[in-house]
Amino acid sequence: MEPKRPDPDDLLKKVQEEEARSKRARLKIFFGMAPGVGKTFAMLQEACIRKTEGVDVVAGVVETHGRRDTMALTEGIEVLPKKLLPYRGVQLEEFDLEAALARRPHLILMDELAHTNVQGSLHVKRWQDVTDLLDAGIDVFTTVNVQHLESLKDTVAQITGVIVRENIPDTLLKRADQIELVDIPPEELLERLKEGKVYVPEQAQHAVERFFRKGNLLALRELALRRTADHVDADMRRYMVSKGITGKTWAAGERLMVCINSKPGSASLIRATQRLSEALSAPWIAAYVETGKHIRYSDEERARLEDNLRLAERLGAETAVVQGDLSTADDIIEFATGHNVTRLIIGKPAHPRWIELVTGSVLEDLVRKSGDIDISVLAGRDERDQPKPAPPARKAHLPVLAHYIWGAVTVALLTGILLPLNRHFEMADVVMVYMLGILVVASRFGRWPSLASAVLSVLALDFFFTPPRFSFAAGNLRHLATYVVMLLVGLVIGNLTERIRAQARLARNRESRIRALFRLSAELTRSSGSAAMAESAIRNVATQFQSRVSIFLPGAGGRLAPLSQAKDKQPVGQDELGVAQWVYDHHEPAGITTDTLPGAKALYLPLQGAHELIGVMGIQPVVELSGRMEPDQRHLLEAFANQTAVALERAILSERNRESQRQVDREQLRNALLSSVSHDLRTPLGGITGAASTLLDDQGTLPEPARRELLETIHEESNRLQRLVTNLLDVTRLESGVVDLVKDWVPLEEVVGSALEHMTGQLGKREVKVDLPVNLPLVQADPVLLGQVIINLVENACKFSPADQPIEIKAWATERSITLSVTDHGPGIPEGQEEHIFEKLVRFQQGEARPGAGLGLAICKGVVQAHGGKIMASNRASGGAQFLVSLPLGQTPPPPPSEE
Amino acid sequence: MSQDGPLILLVEDEPQLRRYLRVTLTPHGYRLLEAVNAKEGELMAASHHPDLILMDLGLPDLDGLVLTRKLREWCTTPIIVVSARGQEQDKIQALDEGADDYLTKPFGSGELLARIRVALRHRNDPAAAPAPVFQLGDWRIDQARREVSVSGRQVHLTPNEYKLLTTLVKHAGMVLTHHQLLKEVWGSVQGAQPHYLRVYMAQLRQKLEVDPARPRHLITEPGVGYRLRTE
Repeated sequence: MEPKRPDPDDLLKKVQEEEARSKRARLKIFFGMAPGVGKTFAMLQEACIRKTEGVDVVAGVVETHGRRDTMALTEGIEVLPKKLLPYRGVQLEEFDLEAALARRPHLILMDELAHTNVQGSLHVKRWQDVTDLLDAGIDVFTTVNVQHLESLKDTVAQITGVIVRENIPDTLLKRADQIELVDIPPEELLERLKEGKVYVPEQAQHAVERFFRKGNLLALRELALRRTADHVDADMRRYMVSKGITGKTWAAGERLMVCINSKPGSASLIRATQRLSEALSAPWIAAYVETGKHIRYSDEERARLEDNLRLAERLGAETAVVQGDLSTADDIIEFATGHNVTRLIIGKPAHPRWIELVTGSVLEDLVRKSGDIDISVLAGRDERDQPKPAPPARKAHLPVLAHYIWGAVTVALLTGILLPLNRHFEMADVVMVYMLGILVVASRFGRWPSLASAVLSVLALDFFFTPPRFSFAAGNLRHLATYVVMLLVGLVIGNLTERIRAQARLARNRESRIRALFRLSAELTRSSGSAAMAESAIRNVATQFQSRVSIFLPGAGGRLAPLSQAKDKQPVGQDELGVAQWVYDHHEPAGITTDTLPGAKALYLPLQGAHELIGVMGIQPVVELSGRMEPDQRHLLEAFANQTAVALERAILSERNRESQRQVDREQLRNALLSSVSHDLRTPLGGITGAASTLLDDQGTLPEPARRELLETIHEESNRLQRLVTNLLDVTRLESGVVDLVKDWVPLEEVVGSALEHMTGQLGKREVKVDLPVNLPLVQADPVLLGQVIINLVENACKFSPADQPIEIKAWATERSITLSVTDHGPGIPEGQEEHIFEKLVRFQQGEARPGAGLGLAICKGVVQAHGGKIMASNRASGGAQFLVSLPLGQTPPPPPSEE
Repeated sequence: MSQDGPLILLVEDEPQLRRYLRVTLTPHGYRLLEAVNAKEGELMAASHHPDLILMDLGLPDLDGLVLTRKLREWCTTPIIVVSARGQEQDKIQALDEGADDYLTKPFGSGELLARIRVALRHRNDPAAAPAPVFQLGDWRIDQARREVSVSGRQVHLTPNEYKLLTTLVKHAGMVLTHHQLLKEVWGSVQGAQPHYLRVYMAQLRQKLEVDPARPRHLITEPGVGYRLRTE
């Protein structure tokens, strides 16, 4: 086969990876075949060299195990203090990730990559800590033995007979920028072991014998060498790609798929597929076909299935759950063809061949129907030694005793009916009736009760109806055949109905899941605003998963704050908030049922929108989950979270948009204000400057009246400027929302009086009729601002009515409010503009240009509204404009006691 | 310049305002001292014993209010504070701390001269010996006989109204804050509700003014207090 040309997108991706590689933190792994080869020593040696080069080196975790020469190397290197964690009454030391991140050395030494952290640490595994350190930009040196690699677990078990429990995912090895193999000949290692220079933990003493055999060591050494070679090969390939060297470097273009189930051998099949995918450089999918069976799984099986799915993920597979409707083989092939799978990996069948006569052979079906897809059959290993995973709380659908009783009752009933009518019926008829009975029981109660009732029917038939009657004598061969057939029928129908019912249950489950999702989606579509959406999301998730739910959204500076909480309104603790913050910072789930902070009270999922991380959702089940969530529940939860995230993103973006729009509006207003104001300021200023300069330049030639006139101009225009500035200041204050009302009990009479007093100059000879009833109640208002309102209204009236027409000010009170009216005898307000005039910068050119920036009425409105009142304008029937200001009357204070 | 002209101390940091005051006041026979900040003002007050102090509330180095308080610790010179519009609280506080009157920028020369006159009059005629009969326009207030009449017609006032009126008369021409009035008329601020003052003022206006809505003498200083205008 000729090598394929590289895909340009692929190439680009590789180049980008390469670039990213050069910028990020470096991971160097000191790799060895067994404990005692000297990995820690080698790591420390290199660390010391780096230190002399001036690199900031810190020892995060270095296990010297008391070996003097190793300890000597640690001198001079700063050791990060460990943190103490209580565990079962004892204080244990553990690596302090937070301290390391805070310290931010250039390089940190982390021994024993596969170590499991003490309970209470942020992460369950040390390799997760290392990932965090790398993400933070800190270079890491670490050590690991070949047996800890996830993908080699079975191989190592095969070689040494020891099953290693602490594993690291292979992706970490791929992430490593350098792998240094620390290698010594096995003979030398055995020498060292004899001299006591190899550290073996207490618990493993008994395994030492088995492990440290020369044959084992040789095999392990080869494994380690091969792994390192693979890594170098990958490096080389990358190099060749980047340099454009062709050759036997292009991947075969394969795509693998392996089927996962809940059987123990599945895990090793997954690992074998991963190795194959490595060898072929092909992506791989791990699929689980969901038939009705999983509902009947025991807790252990369910847990194993979940474990297998997670294992596949960790090893780098794309996982998928295939909804099985047809036969298993057809489902698999349909999925495979849909995803361009080129090779199916399946395990060798473990059951004896005769069973296949009944259930059919999936392998056979696959081989025959796979068409263009290759099939690889691999041997799996049965790992019964796997530690039992923690089971979830779930009830299974087991047949109830009552069902059996019903079955027996049916048979009894039929017997009771048939017995007296025996004379009228043939044997064959009786058999048919019993068959009917079995059918009914099968359809209602399932496989085992139907079998039981079949047996009972056979017995009844034999006892009551076959000669010799009332005895269990066998009768002749013909009857025997009948009995067998009846049993088989019962079995087969029972099986069928069982499967149908299981599928029906599955369909119902799926339907309810989809319905729940649809409900959520519909509610989210209907809600507007992120708060409402969050509320409905919380409600839906809480109901569906029977938990307490909270959503956290980022506030200023990326710190999370809970948006709203479930009905019981329990405040979120600082610890929980910390976990949520971690999830937000790292974009990964944490909490119960995960590997990070499993001791938290709830599960925290990141809410990932299309463009950014929206926030975090916390789910705390009411019934305590002890370690696992079933795959379908987990998927559904994630689907809910996704929906919520997308909807919230939409709401948040639209809110941001509106805010931007508001800002734009404000900007526009400000600009308009500026331009109009600058004009209005310049006009009077022009008058003043002109008059003043004329007066200054005057050498005494100007007649007195002219001088007088110029001086008056200056005075008037200054006053106008003063009024304009007042208005501008008021508007600015109102706009900024800082209206500090200094409220007091004021008689309206005083406010009107002082306002008119203020305007004496402006009013001139204008007649102002004031009609205020004597016992007008006191109104709660800011006297200065309210005075300004009256001034503005009267000014307005002056502007828009002829100088010889009076202005009227009236007031009256009702029980709830007090109303003031200012009316003029001018032309009134243009039709339809009664509301519009209260907006800023609205002016009317009527005849000559009216002075004023058009702010006066807007200020009136702002002030009146700030007092909780209303202002409106209308035209009087008798001509002229009328402005009404109504202010609410609170509790009028009691009048002073009478003195006489 | 007359040697006998009253000495006015200007504590004002804005040079334009100082110039304006200088130009306006000097022709009326006032002698001027100018200080550009609070510290200078305090020193000059102590060393020159002016007849009146015109102080801007917005001084660069010290709050005018604090300066008022400090001055009032040792001197009884009338103080008129100058402040901008919209700072009623500052004005009230200054008046309560001992300032005698205030002016709001921008002010006209008429107002300025009137206030100065009133303040000086009160200094020279301390309220210790008020004239028994006070006449203002159509009003005649006979404090010895406790009789008030408008255009010859006698007007009946309640004890509180009378007390209020005479307090205003005592400080005729100068502003009195709500607080000051309440204290003088009712003794303590707690003894009376603040709004009583409004009610009584309204009653006085009704009884004494021709047009209560546009009073000629019983002037409301919005947000600050009341003043009996004498000119």
